[in-house]
Amino acid sequence: MPPLAERNLFHDRVRLAVTLTGVVFAVVLIVVQLGLYVGFSRTTTAVVDHSHADLWVVSKNVPYIEQGIPFSERKLYTVRATPGVAEAEKYIVRFSRWKRTDGQEESVQIVGVNPESTMGQPWDIVAGRREDLKVDDSVSVDRIYFKKLGVSGVGDTAEISGHRTRVVGLTQGIRTFTTSPYVFTNYRNALDYANLRDDQTMFILIKAEPGVNLKDLQQHLQAKLDGVDVLTRQQFSDMTRHYWMFTTGAGMAVLMAAVLGLLVGMVVVAQTIYSSTMDHLREFGTLKAMGATNSYIYRVIMRQAVIAALIGYVLGISLSILVVHESGKGGANIILPWQLGVGMLGLTVAMCVAAAFVSINKVTKIDPAMVFKQ
Amino acid sequence: MQKPIAVREVTRIYGEGATAFRALDTVNLEVERGEVMLLMGPSGSGKTTLISILGCILRPTSGSVKILGQEVTSLNEKQLPKVRLENIGFIFQGFNLFPTLTAGENVELALDLKGQRGPVAKLRAKGFLEQVGLGAKYDSFPADLSGGEKQRVAIARAVATEPQVILADEPTAALDSHSGRAVMEMLREMAHRNGRAVVVVTHDNRVLEYGDRVVRIEDGRISSDSVETAAAGARAAASHPSSVIGQGLY
Repeated sequence: MPPLAERNLFHDRVRLAVTLTGVVFAVVLIVVQLGLYVGFSRTTTAVVDHSHADLWVVSKNVPYIEQGIPFSERKLYTVRATPGVAEAEKYIVRFSRWKRTDGQEESVQIVGVNPESTMGQPWDIVAGRREDLKVDDSVSVDRIYFKKLGVSGVGDTAEISGHRTRVVGLTQGIRTFTTSPYVFTNYRNALDYANLRDDQTMFILIKAEPGVNLKDLQQHLQAKLDGVDVLTRQQFSDMTRHYWMFTTGAGMAVLMAAVLGLLVGMVVVAQTIYSSTMDHLREFGTLKAMGATNSYIYRVIMRQAVIAALIGYVLGISLSILVVHESGKGGANIILPWQLGVGMLGLTVAMCVAAAFVSINKVTKIDPAMVFKQ
Repeated sequence: MQKPIAVREVTRIYGEGATAFRALDTVNLEVERGEVMLLMGPSGSGKTTLISILGCILRPTSGSVKILGQEVTSLNEKQLPKVRLENIGFIFQGFNLFPTLTAGENVELALDLKGQRGPVAKLRAKGFLEQVGLGAKYDSFPADLSGGEKQRVAIARAVATEPQVILADEPTAALDSHSGRAVMEMLREMAHRNGRAVVVVTHDNRVLEYGDRVVRIEDGRISSDSVETAAAGARAAASHPSSVIGQGLY
């Protein structure tokens, strides 16, 4: 086919710029919003997802991890005595107050676990070792929250719930959805920092023996333990995600913004392609008079839309990658999985093709006899 | 042999009821192979309506239209583009070239509609442009061509699909006399040498000498259908005080 679509698209540079701006805007907005959604989603469940536990024991009807309620730590022994359980540890995740050396206080989430366990440990460690958390009054914090916590590295001190503490380890990239940074410590310290009694725990983490049917083990434990729920890691992760993303409305807000980006992109592209079609209406009428079928003309318009989509996608995704990269330095956690990038290509093409239907509708109604009018 | 165009009792009415307007009224017409037929008449006489019907662009309200023996009034909308593509070439007053395509690409577009693409189509397009004396202008855009050159590109595009019928709507109206002569020469050659049926709608008395037949239409009816040589008509027009030929402008 002679390059009618390409020439019509590139002929008017201003209109082309407007079209591409619409596509780029849509791509960047949708990628950023969906990237935020993925980031939020992963952040809300980070501690659960990185726990390496097959099962979680939580207080009855606890809907998400931040809502944990203390229960008797004696249940740990029942769990350990259950066939099929390879390992079980008490686990604390609870809010507390961090006092900086300058006197300012910040809310934090204390995460307490046995440092020798294979479960529930901090990850992406960039300074110190896990074993360093065995020491009394030792904590591990994330570098993202240096400013918030008033520390700058290993060796710095602070106060948690009236107890002096020292930073012995650092991680990079463990974000929290609640703005209260995670502070990892050993279980003994956590009891003090979280104001819990010795006979209390917030959660029990369980690792099953290899080859054990997890569903059976879950049901068996559920039957043995009263007053608590026994959940798989995935179940607890899903519940936590669902709460933060949908019950609070945060996820819906992000998704709505993505949909808005899609609609705006469609409108801009529809308007510019329609405007181009109107400018070339006589040509389309001539094509019809020459014997072109409607589908031939649709192909010309669709080709225009797809080319605009591809160019706009390349520009938009490049800009999005830059935004994602820069966001990593700040507080926002925008994640761009490859599936989102690839999916965005399909969505961009679909958006532009859908936008072109307005023009197709117009072209369908052209009266070929108009070619004889001056 | 089937006549290229055969029109029987064709009527075309626009609107309904009190506002109905009869643009064509029981028109009967046949166009022979190898004939240049001039369709002349004042504005609003029905020329454009008739040529639209001959070109299968407009449907008659009643009557029969046959293109190369095929009754086209019974065809549905999806079948008509094929009739136009295979049998009819159009030449327009305003040239109707695609401004974003070169001269060569404009001709290639016609070939593309017939499924001819690639280097073969390019070669053929160049051949058609050479036939109209514009082989060297293959890569020129319409904006860089004169009026006469544009119309010649349009002629090349019209014959690229090798139609048996050529319909030209005021092909010389936007051209100077020299270019107009060249265009009419080509149309005559299409008819006489290639055996095509050529219908030229025109106001322009300058083209009389190129026609084999003059059909005059007035108020939607054929008022005269003269098979006398158009040259005779040109002489008659030249003797009329108002004619441009009479004023020696051609």
